[in-house]
Amino acid sequence: MLLIRCPYCEEERPELEFRNAGEAHIARSANIDAESDDDFEKFFFIRANPKGVIYERWRHIHGCARFFNAVRDTVTDKFVMTYKAGEPKPAKLPGASK
Amino acid sequence: MNAAFRISGAGRLSQARTASFSFDDKSYTGIEGDTLASALLANGVHLVGRSFKYHRPRGFLSAGAEEPNALVQIVRDDARKTPNVRATVQELYEGLTANSQNRWPSLAFDVGAVNDIASPLFSAGFYYKTFMWPKSAWKNLYEPKIRAAAGLGVSPDKPDPDHYAARYAHCEVLVLGGGAAGIAAALAAAETGVRVILCDEQAEFGGSLRFESGARIDGETGYAWAQSAIAKLKAMDNVRVLSRATAFGYYAQNFVALVERVSDHLKSPGRELARERLWQVRAKRVVIATGAIERHMVFANNDRPGVMLASAARTYLNHYGVAVGRNVGVYTANDSAYAAAIDLKKAGVNIAAIVDLRDNPSGPVIDEARTLGIEINFGRAVVSAGGKLRVSSMTVQPKNGGGERTIPVDAILMSAGWTPSVHLFSQSRGKVAFNDETKRFVPGTYAQDCVSVGACNGTDGLAASVDEAYAAGAKAAKDAVGKDSSGKTGKGAKPKVDASESWSRGMLGAAPGAGPGTTIKAFVDFQNDVTAKDIRQAVHEGMHSIEHVKRFTTNGMATDQGKTSNMHGLAIAAETLGKPIPQVGLTTFRAPYTPVTFGSIVGHARGALFDPTRRTAIHPWAARQGAVFEDVGQWKRAWYFPKAGEDMHAAVDRECVTVRKVGGLFDASTLGKIEVVGPDAAKFMELLYTNPWEKLETGRCRYGIMLREDGFIYDDGVVGRLAPDRFHVTTTTGGAPRVMNHMEDYLQTEFPHLNVWLTSITEQWAVVAVQGPKSREIIAPLVEGIDMSDEAMPHMSVREGKICGVPTRLFRMSFTGERGFEVNVPADYGEAVWEALWAEGQKHGATAYGTEAMHVLRAEKGYIIVGQDTDGTVTPNDAGLDWAVGKKKTDFVGIRGLTRPDLVAKGRKQLVGLKTKDPKVVLEEGAQIVEDPKQPVPMKMIGHVTSSYWSENCGRSIALGLVAGGRDRMRQTLYVPMPNGMIEVEVTGMVFVDEKGERLNG
Ligand SMILES: [Zn+2]
Repeated sequence: MLLIRCPYCEEERPELEFRNAGEAHIARSANIDAESDDDFEKFFFIRANPKGVIYERWRHIHGCARFFNAVRDTVTDKFVMTYKAGEPKPAKLPGASK
Repeated sequence: MNAAFRISGAGRLSQARTASFSFDDKSYTGIEGDTLASALLANGVHLVGRSFKYHRPRGFLSAGAEEPNALVQIVRDDARKTPNVRATVQELYEGLTANSQNRWPSLAFDVGAVNDIASPLFSAGFYYKTFMWPKSAWKNLYEPKIRAAAGLGVSPDKPDPDHYAARYAHCEVLVLGGGAAGIAAALAAAETGVRVILCDEQAEFGGSLRFESGARIDGETGYAWAQSAIAKLKAMDNVRVLSRATAFGYYAQNFVALVERVSDHLKSPGRELARERLWQVRAKRVVIATGAIERHMVFANNDRPGVMLASAARTYLNHYGVAVGRNVGVYTANDSAYAAAIDLKKAGVNIAAIVDLRDNPSGPVIDEARTLGIEINFGRAVVSAGGKLRVSSMTVQPKNGGGERTIPVDAILMSAGWTPSVHLFSQSRGKVAFNDETKRFVPGTYAQDCVSVGACNGTDGLAASVDEAYAAGAKAAKDAVGKDSSGKTGKGAKPKVDASESWSRGMLGAAPGAGPGTTIKAFVDFQNDVTAKDIRQAVHEGMHSIEHVKRFTTNGMATDQGKTSNMHGLAIAAETLGKPIPQVGLTTFRAPYTPVTFGSIVGHARGALFDPTRRTAIHPWAARQGAVFEDVGQWKRAWYFPKAGEDMHAAVDRECVTVRKVGGLFDASTLGKIEVVGPDAAKFMELLYTNPWEKLETGRCRYGIMLREDGFIYDDGVVGRLAPDRFHVTTTTGGAPRVMNHMEDYLQTEFPHLNVWLTSITEQWAVVAVQGPKSREIIAPLVEGIDMSDEAMPHMSVREGKICGVPTRLFRMSFTGERGFEVNVPADYGEAVWEALWAEGQKHGATAYGTEAMHVLRAEKGYIIVGQDTDGTVTPNDAGLDWAVGKKKTDFVGIRGLTRPDLVAKGRKQLVGLKTKDPKVVLEEGAQIVEDPKQPVPMKMIGHVTSSYWSENCGRSIALGLVAGGRDRMRQTLYVPMPNGMIEVEVTGMVFVDEKGERLNG
C-alpha cells in the first residue's frame, strides 16, 4: 500500500484514504463547444501512460475530500511530490538533476 | 517408546513428551516439537505423496518451507480439511490427522501412475498442445479428466469455521528472517532503542543454526546463542518478536505483509484464538535476512522417496534427533553435504559412500570424513537412483563415462550448492545481479529502503554474515531515525563468532548422465514434475525467453515459486541456448513467498461484515409488515409486500393496480440527495446538468440530466429550487457517491471560481413517496403551513413546512404518472411520519408498494432508469430526452461530446417501447432483437430489451428496448430469438399508460 502526502492535510496517509483521478494538467477549454474534433479527442480520450514520471490527480476522498496533483514514477510507484490543484506543473522535480 | 529411527541423545526435543498422530489412517507416535515430517521419518515413513502430473511416489526433499513434495491434507473435522500443507512445516500435536493427496486408491498403488508410463503425452507444454481440438471435448472430456488426475489436494466443502485476525504495525526496523544474521541485525537495531520487529517462518529461531553443529557464538553453540539472543530481544519493550510468521509479500514503500500461524500447531485451539493473523507492517527500514536454500542434484530418479537435501537430513538429525536412513549415500558438488555425512556417521548411521562430482577437492570437512572412514569417490556421478516407493540403491559412474557400480542405500543426501533467497528482495523491485564467479544471483540495485544481509546477500560464512548483519542493523536504526536521532547508540556488544562452517559454489543444471540427449527423468521442479529434458524441449520448440520456458514447462510455478527449481532450470535453458546465464535472465519472483490462506487475506471481512448494510429509517416498519427485501448496492430495499397467500406476482400486481386506483406509499429514502448551495449555485447547476436552471423559480422542480464530458447520460433526477442560492438535487440510488464525486471534481478543479458548497444529504432525509389519485387527501391532514391545492402547488413544485409537527421538504413530483408527492422529513422522524401517513392511507385503501411495483409503474409511463435503460453509451437523444437539453446553452459538461460525429450519426440505437404480439409473453431483459428471423446464425443484432414486465394495469406485458433507428420503426415487427423459438414484437412509443399525462393532476 502506498503512502501519499495530501498537500492540504500536510500529512502522509495510507493509499486506502485516496482515489486516483487520472492524468493531471488536462484543462477543459473555457470554450469547449467550439473545439475541433481533433482537439476534443486529445482532451477527452488521449492520455500519456508513460513509463516513468507521470503527473496525475488524486482525491483524498476519505480525508479532506480535496483533489490534488501528484508526480509519481510508474516504474517504482514512488511519489516524487504532491501539490495543490490549480498549481502549475512543477518546473523542476526534487531530487532530479537539472 | 522410541520410534525406530529416533536416535537417543541426538536432537533437541524432549523424548518424554510424546504425541500420537495418524497418517493415512495408520497411527504413529512422535514427540512434541516434531514437524509431521520429522515424526514420520522417525517412524521410517518416507513415502508421503504422489506427484502432480506423473503420480510418481514422493517423499521429503527438505525440512522447511521450500518443500515441493510432501504436501498433505490435515483434517481436524468436516470443515477443517486443509489441503497442500507442507509436512515439513506442520507442527505435530496430539491427535493430528493427516492424509496423503493425489493418489487413488492408495498411496502405494496409484492408478494415476500410468501417467508416468504415458509421460510422452504429458511432456512440456502439454496443456497448450494436447487435446485442444475439438473445443467441446476439451471442456467436457479432457479438462475434467486431467483435473481429476492431476491435482493437489481437495478443498473443504464447508464454510471455514475459523476466524482470522489482522494487525497493522509500524516500526523503524523490520528484520525478515531469524537466523544468525537476522538476530544479529535485530540486536544491533534494538539496542539503539528504536521499534524493531523480527519475524521468522519457523516455530523456533535460529535458521541454519538448527543444523549447523559446528557453529559457536559468544561461547555457546550457535543454536543456544540464538535462543538466548531471542530471550533478550523479547524482554525489550521496543522489540516485537514473531515466530511462525512468514513475510510473504514486499510491497511499495516498505510495506510488508506477514502471516502468523497462530493456532495450527495446537491440539485444540480455543474459539477465542485466531487461526492466523495477517500483519501489515510499515517499516522505515527493512533488513532482509532470508538465508539460502540448498539445491538438489539433477539426475535420473532423483525424486525417489529417501532422496533429499543434505541440509534436510542434517536438520532432522541435529534438531529432531531423527536419522533419515540406516545406510545413507551422499551425492554432492560442494562441501556442505560432507558435514551432513559426518554428523550422521557420528550418530551411528552408516554412510555407504560419498560421491563427489568435483575432481580433487580438499578442505577440513573432507579430511574429517576421511578420518571417520567414510568412502569418498571424487570425479564421479550418481547416474540413477534405484527403487520405487523408496530409494534402494545408487548407481555410480565416472563423470566422463565408464564402468557402473551400484551401491545399496536407503537414503541419498544431495547438495548442488546454495541459492540465496532473493525472493523478497526481488519483490521489493530490487534488481538482482549475477556473480559469475560464484554462479549466484545476489541483490544488485535496490529500489527501496532495505538491505540484504547474510546468506541471502551471497555472504559466505557465519562470522562474515553476523558482522555484516550487525553493522546493517545498527545503520538501519540510525537511518530510520534520521536527523531526529536522540543520539542514542547501541550499548550492546557485537556477537562474537568463535567457530563457523562455510561453503559456497557447487553446480548448476543437469548432472552428468542427465545431459542433452538423455531421456531419463531427472527432475528440476518436483512440484510441477518438470525434468531437465522438458526444459531442453521447451527451448527446442522455440521458447527462448526464460519467462516463456517457465510458462511452457510450468517450471517454478505454483507454490514452489522457483525456490528449489529456478537456478537449475535457468542453467539448463542457458546451456541449450548456448548463452551465458545472465543473458537468459531470471524469472520474476511473485508474492506470496509461500501459500497464504484466503482466510488470512479476508480476515473478518466476511458474512455480515463483508460489506456495510444500509437500512432506511422506514426499514423496521417494512420488516414488520413482512416485506421481502432486495439488495440495491449496500441498501436493503423493500421489494414487495406480500399479503397472506400472495406470491410475488400477485403482490406486485395488486400494488400496481392499487397505486393507480387509490394510492400507495413507497420508501424512497435511498435516492441520493445532494444540496447545492451558494451564490453561484445556479451557475454551477447550469454547468453540471443539460437543463437550464437560472430561470427556474424558487419553489419549482425540474427533471435534470447529467452527462459525462463524452455526451453520454451519467445520472438523472428531480431537482428542487428551495431558494435562489439553494438546490435540493436527487440522484439515482446507486449513483449518489459518483455523482457527488463528479460534482466535487468539477467544482474543485474546473470551476473553482464558483462560490458553491456541496453537501451529501442522502442520510439526512427520509423520503416517503405518496402516489396516486388520493395522494393529496392522504398527506393534507398531516401538513401545516403548505397550501397543497393544484393552483398553489402544481406538479413539479417543492414547499417547506411541517408534517406531523416536524420539518418537511414536500415535493410534488411523480415517478408513477399519477398525482404524486415525496415527503422528505429528517431521518429520525422517518418511521413515525411513515406510520402517520400509513394510517391516513389505510382510510382510503392505499397500499405500501416496493421497488418491483415502482419499476413496473415507471415503465408503464416510459420513465427510464439510468443504468438499466441506459448503459453509458446512451445520449439524451437516444433516450428520447432531447427536450431536457437546453438548446440555448453555450456550456455544460457534455455539450461538446454531444456533437461528436458518432453521436449525431444516423441509425443510433434509440429507446422505444416493445409489445409482444402475444400479450401474455413477457420478454427477458437483455434479450437480443433481430430484424429478419430467417437469417442464418450468427444473426445481426439490432438492439436489446432493457426493461420488461407484466403490467396488470395494461393487462399485458410491456417492454422498453434500445433498437437501431428505433423511432423510425414505429409499428414495425421485430423478433427476439430465444432458445424456444422466435418471439414477435411490435415497436411502439414508450408510454403505455395515460399518454397525455392527465393523471398527473387526476
Ligand atoms: Zn487531505
